[in-house]
Amino acid sequence: MPQVLNLMTTEPKPMRTALAKARGAAALLPALLLAGPALAQDAAPTVNSGDTAWMLTSTALVLMMTIPGLALFYAGMVRKKNILATLMQSFFLAALLSVVWMVAGYSIAFGEGGAYFGDFSRLFLSGIAANWDAPFSLGSGDGAVAFTIPETVFVMFQMTFFIITPALAVGAWADRIKFSALVVFAVLWSLLIYAPVAHWVWHPNGWIFALGALDFAGGTVVHINAGVAGLVGALVLGKRTGLGTENMSPYNLAFAVIGASLLWVGWFGFNAGSAGSAGGRAGMAMLVTQLAAGAATLAWVFAEWITKGKPSVLGAISGAVAGLVAITPAAGFVLPVPAVIIGLVAGLAGFWGATALKHWCGYDDSLDAFGVHGVCGIVGALLTGVFAYGPLSGTTADPAGISGSFSQFMIQVYAVAATFVFTAIGTFILLKIVDVIIGLRVTEEEEREGLDVSLHGERLG
Amino acid sequence: MKLVMAIIKPFKLDEVREALTPLGVQGLTVTEVKGFGRQKGQTEIYRGAEYHVSFLPKLKIEVAVPGDLVEAVVEAIATTARTGKIGDGKIFVLDVERALRIRTGETDDSAL
Repeated sequence: MPQVLNLMTTEPKPMRTALAKARGAAALLPALLLAGPALAQDAAPTVNSGDTAWMLTSTALVLMMTIPGLALFYAGMVRKKNILATLMQSFFLAALLSVVWMVAGYSIAFGEGGAYFGDFSRLFLSGIAANWDAPFSLGSGDGAVAFTIPETVFVMFQMTFFIITPALAVGAWADRIKFSALVVFAVLWSLLIYAPVAHWVWHPNGWIFALGALDFAGGTVVHINAGVAGLVGALVLGKRTGLGTENMSPYNLAFAVIGASLLWVGWFGFNAGSAGSAGGRAGMAMLVTQLAAGAATLAWVFAEWITKGKPSVLGAISGAVAGLVAITPAAGFVLPVPAVIIGLVAGLAGFWGATALKHWCGYDDSLDAFGVHGVCGIVGALLTGVFAYGPLSGTTADPAGISGSFSQFMIQVYAVAATFVFTAIGTFILLKIVDVIIGLRVTEEEEREGLDVSLHGERLG
Repeated sequence: MKLVMAIIKPFKLDEVREALTPLGVQGLTVTEVKGFGRQKGQTEIYRGAEYHVSFLPKLKIEVAVPGDLVEAVVEAIATTARTGKIGDGKIFVLDVERALRIRTGETDDSAL
């Protein structure tokens, strides 16, 4: 692997942790820490214990975002009769998608493959026994990206992203999706939509990677993907029975506050972990993540206070999530002041997406998967192209890195549009297939009774 | 024997109980209830979705007393539960035909 050369282990830390810039392309992986181009001819890459420790920690943090973070965040916003069913969606998906990732997801997303799809060479993680304690290298040839962590850690870290994305999308379908349909859909969607998009954006062979689009931790792959899937699902499923006439207020917003808080803290693993190492870039990613979450909370709360008269708790936690979503693609590329700007814009955009947009358009995105994740994912992806500060993504081979510019902004627009269209069409087709085979929606009687009893035979309290 | 049933504002419970004990009231039952009267409900807004909640939380207290205590009990509740603002609640007095203390089998006034 002549081109997959690492920096010497004796390199000073700031150099070692500089994120790689793929050769010949401005694209960046979420986790590229070392330059592909040859910098040191004789040093064999080694596993760095500090980097590995941070990535193990980050992985646990990201899993915590789904269980119990997202599970509680969503369950807190539904009516009492659907709380257990909503918790079950996140919890079960965490289990199911772990196995699916091992069987085929990883191979499709990160197998060598071509520009659009991985391959089947890594089914069942085949080959992991041979290099289990060697440093991992993603891709091959000129564009390969070398890590200082073992592949097992890379597999696990990426698995947690694979898990959370469909779990985010189902928030749009809360209170009415059939559990059996959800299970089948999640397997199909994860393998046929998520894994290919992850390959496009994060694998050095991927066409969006080659295009030079920036997505540090998953603005397109996770949030736009989940948001658009949620939107399409909400349109296909139709509105909840009684929407607009019955009281659908959240049963326990305290659950949602705990869930949102766990999401916030877990997001440090999501974003700072996407540096792929423990260094300056991870530090900056964590800092800007906190700032954007704070700024977006302020924006949402004050917007609501001014327009609706009261600063709500649900508004505050929604604002925080909006900011965290928007900073996701930008985290390893921007400085603190732009992070606050991104947060403020995201807070307003999320407020608009969740309170105005869906009412104008008339779809029932129950828990605002599109209104928050879709809308703010787009805001963050686009603003990354505006505010990127070059040196953060610089490497020894290319110290200038990638800075915001009009051309970079247009690349971001293109990447967002491509993801949007692909996911929308693909999700629609998969939903229709599952609808024909199983049926997507519970009966009106089951919906009225509540999914806890009708689908799971249990009741809260 | 009479049953005095009062719907009061929840935060008034302790005051009412303290006013009743010196009168010789030996026990009472409290239930959390919801209802509406002349007080308007509240509007709740969740991400722009507005819900008008017309049933407000109140407490229902029930106390069975010998006939000669009724006026004092009603007076005590009315005085302590009053804030002067709409939504203070109501008091109803009902006849009680029989009473029986389960442990001892005592009946009527001696069971209260």
